[in-house]
Amino acid sequence: MKAQPIIEFQNVNKVYDNGTVGLKAINLKVNPGEFLVVVGLSGAGKSTLMRTINQMHRPSSGKVLVDGVEVATLKGTALRELRRKVGMIFQNFNLVKRSSVEHNVLSGKISYYPTWKSILGLYSKADKRKAAQALDRVNLLEKIYMRADQLSGGQQQRVAIARTLMQDPKIILADEPIASLDPLTTTAVMNDLQKLNQEDGITVIVNLHSVPLALKYADRIVGMRAGQLVYDEPIDQVTEEDLNQIYQPM
Amino acid sequence: MDVMKRLPRQSWWQKYHLKTISLVIITGLLIILSAQVAGVDLAMFWGNLDQFTNLLVRMAHPDWAYITIIGQPILETIQMAIIGTTIGTCFAIPLAFLAASNIVQNSWIRGLVRFGLDLVRTLPDLLLAAIFVAVFGIGATAGVVTLAIFSFGMVSKLFYEVIETIDEGPIEAMKSVGARKLQIIHFAVVPQVLNQFISYFLYTLEINVRASTVLGYLGAGGIGVYLQRSLNEFNYSQTAVIIIMTLVVVFIINIISNYLRERLM
Repeated sequence: MKAQPIIEFQNVNKVYDNGTVGLKAINLKVNPGEFLVVVGLSGAGKSTLMRTINQMHRPSSGKVLVDGVEVATLKGTALRELRRKVGMIFQNFNLVKRSSVEHNVLSGKISYYPTWKSILGLYSKADKRKAAQALDRVNLLEKIYMRADQLSGGQQQRVAIARTLMQDPKIILADEPIASLDPLTTTAVMNDLQKLNQEDGITVIVNLHSVPLALKYADRIVGMRAGQLVYDEPIDQVTEEDLNQIYQPM
Repeated sequence: MDVMKRLPRQSWWQKYHLKTISLVIITGLLIILSAQVAGVDLAMFWGNLDQFTNLLVRMAHPDWAYITIIGQPILETIQMAIIGTTIGTCFAIPLAFLAASNIVQNSWIRGLVRFGLDLVRTLPDLLLAAIFVAVFGIGATAGVVTLAIFSFGMVSKLFYEVIETIDEGPIEAMKSVGARKLQIIHFAVVPQVLNQFISYFLYTLEINVRASTVLGYLGAGGIGVYLQRSLNEFNYSQTAVIIIMTLVVVFIINIISNYLRERLM
């Protein structure tokens, strides 16, 4: 028997208020523990696809199911509990640059705390320990008390990964996580994501521009073009020509 | 072909900057016209200049002994400014968040809050002082309330404009970890705006120290009361001391506040 997909798109469409078509008739199932790479030109709808999973964007029609629950029906606490399960990594890291690395990492856990406790910084010993462990996993423990803007781009992205780890996510969405990094740090960040996928069994979805990286890290590659899914193959079926096809200008 | 010949075409009014030139001419005409309508007479300015020198001569012998008497009211002026600015700022902070488009998506709430803030800002500080002197009587209370309302209007606008210029990335990140609204504000917004908030607070304090000297003139406490008295009594040697001391104090406060603001940036 095949396991229930952890994420499922059922005929999902997204049209933005200004008329731009973000997604067109998307049908997609993501299995637990998969490392899925989404490729496609800028503006193909990769980011939109990702953001409908944790309801940062609402689909115009169709259903997105996470763990069998339709996310569009969630509101308030239930929505925040969904978002807690889904970690997110951004192209621009989105750290609070003026705050310390530790503060940034702990902010991944705040949805578990009442507002007043999180504002006063009253984190439990266990969570402080967890933050240190998360930083240790991305090899940045010695930077814990530094201000985030004192770190390099690659280090900031790994702090963002540590922040996500605080959430105990079942899914990690990484939106072009390496687009503003140099090749060396790119490898470090991608390896971190791979480690989380393989060691913790977290389902990882990554938007990428780089064909070689997609081939190196993905279990399965999905291609997008003008809001539509145009390609979907497990890694052993993928050829480089296929991918180059997706990147042909229209 | 020569690169200069391949340049994209410019329309003739772009080429000769006609827009800028006509704007300058229109502005100049408007200034001259309004001066005429309002009866501003430059000839009168030059004609009465000797009155001014006359006044200066009479103020040229400051009564330095008077300093001991005005020390207390000058201190009161500064205290009024500090208390007024602080109270005004405390009320301005929550409303600035409600008026910022990246915090409150509901344009009705935002519009209503902004309309209210605009109304407060249209009240001139001298008018407020006149009203509150009538309500609370002559004294520092009227001055503090005036300055609180005046700084509330100013600070709330400065603050919500700061909030709207922040990097939205951290807000998105905090949303994605499942944070509540107040947590998003505390973790993603406050660290980005805090320094600018403090800087604008100091700037407002500077303005209020200056403003409160004038407010006292209407009876709202502080050094202005003494300024008015000395002028009414034609006691220009005292007036001179008051003016000099006020300048010194304002100058020192400006230096301190500028120093702090530079350190913050």
